[in-house]
Amino acid sequence: MARYDRAITVFSPDGHLFQVEYALEAVRKGNAAVGVRGTDTIVLGVEKKSTPKLQDSRSVRKIVNLDDHIALACAGLKADARVLINRARIECQSHRLTVEDPVTVEYITRYIAGLQQKYTQSGGVRPFGLSTLIIGFDPYTGVPALYQTDPSGTFSAWKANATGRNSNSIREFLEKNYKETAGQETVKLAIRALLEVVESGGKNIEVAVMTKKDGLRQLEEAEIDAIVAEIEEEKAAAEAAKKAPQKET
Amino acid sequence: MMKIDFSGLEPNSLLRGNPNELLSGLSTAPEFQIPNTNDFDGFQKESVQMVKPAKGTTTLAFIFKEGVIVAADSRASMGGYISSQSVKKIIEINPYMLGTMAGGAADCQFWHRNLGIKCRLHELANKRRISVTGASKLLANILYSYRGMGLSVGTMIAGWDEKGPGLYYVDSEGGRLNGNRFSVGSGSPYAYGVLDSGYRFDMSVEEAAELARRAIYHATFRDGASGGVVSVYHVGPDGWKKLSGDDVGELHYAYYPVEPTVEHEMAEASSS
Repeated sequence: MARYDRAITVFSPDGHLFQVEYALEAVRKGNAAVGVRGTDTIVLGVEKKSTPKLQDSRSVRKIVNLDDHIALACAGLKADARVLINRARIECQSHRLTVEDPVTVEYITRYIAGLQQKYTQSGGVRPFGLSTLIIGFDPYTGVPALYQTDPSGTFSAWKANATGRNSNSIREFLEKNYKETAGQETVKLAIRALLEVVESGGKNIEVAVMTKKDGLRQLEEAEIDAIVAEIEEEKAAAEAAKKAPQKET
Repeated sequence: MMKIDFSGLEPNSLLRGNPNELLSGLSTAPEFQIPNTNDFDGFQKESVQMVKPAKGTTTLAFIFKEGVIVAADSRASMGGYISSQSVKKIIEINPYMLGTMAGGAADCQFWHRNLGIKCRLHELANKRRISVTGASKLLANILYSYRGMGLSVGTMIAGWDEKGPGLYYVDSEGGRLNGNRFSVGSGSPYAYGVLDSGYRFDMSVEEAAELARRAIYHATFRDGASGGVVSVYHVGPDGWKKLSGDDVGELHYAYYPVEPTVEHEMAEASSS
């Protein structure tokens, strides 16, 4: 098996592309990222590792705009992300130039996934070591969408998903607790999911909310803290409610 | 001074030396060897002048309440020789979009068919029809990349998409205009006269078709390079439909019937 990870374009005898799988490992070591799609709001949340005191945290934005109506968060190699994001941004504008229409979320996801796939089938290059979560509203129908791509170049649409560290636990939580939400409820659901694996506090998570009207809005630390406090209260209330009947019996 | 590196902007030249076979020749303009002359600019000018008079035709299209009407004549001329009276100048790009032909017949036919391919590929890739805006922009971009190389195309792209009826004028100089009424060709001034004076937004399909028919007829009456058969098409929400194809000679006598004179009657009486 060790022989098959040098030249990445070859398959192993049992049908694996090891470089792609190693890239997925790199993703699994990256920051947790979660995306939740509501009826009129889509939320992206990313875990922020503790910022060194001297670092200007505003220069390390993890959720970025690809166009006015499309945003992206990713888990994995941040340098690879920069390259992919630049190419995607150019493609968004190029699409506007050639067909006078903004891209649909599906189109740009397909483009990014296609790019990731190209690098799994060429000589001398390695795959991109990141999975992306892409959110946006369809420019005409206004339907919200959430897509995920991974280093192999596959993509699919999701109601809610997570990638990066402990993504399995987050996904389990989402599967148990997902329901159609709107507005602030969607934001709360995303933060609750992220808090499953991240220490609570506004300074450990970065959240961005996209609505059809206002586009992408990054939440301030204070706002996040307020929502986290709400969530903690609700949790405590739920615990208390569970305990109360037990006392009576 | 270092040249600005635009390689990132080329969508398909991702990895150098790795040509993308699927899309080669389809989205990027194929490369062209420059002709071996001393005076390239003069040669360009000459080649443009050679093709210029060839927009001998009359085509028109306009948007109204019920959609788009597209009409054209059917004469092809080579200088003073009428080479055909039955050319199809309205090209069916796909079931909901039409293109008109003015200028070089081969250029128009080929690039419209190529546009049809691109529209179909867009539909398959994006699971929705391409808009008239997008289709006309694709064509305009291609024609612009061949600018100065002697293509002669003056076309109108008419269709019905999610935004409603759409009409664009695209030409081989690289121009692209959005509008409500257009007429293209050597007979267009005459057609504009009839079209502009008779146009109302809220006409019925029959009224609009009749207006288009009359406009083309009058253009064929005065312009030597237009004639043959007037074809009228209507583009509605369910796609295009051919409404009529009338010979202009017969139309002339329908509009201006000959008054029987005394000599006529006497001639008929003596022959019968």
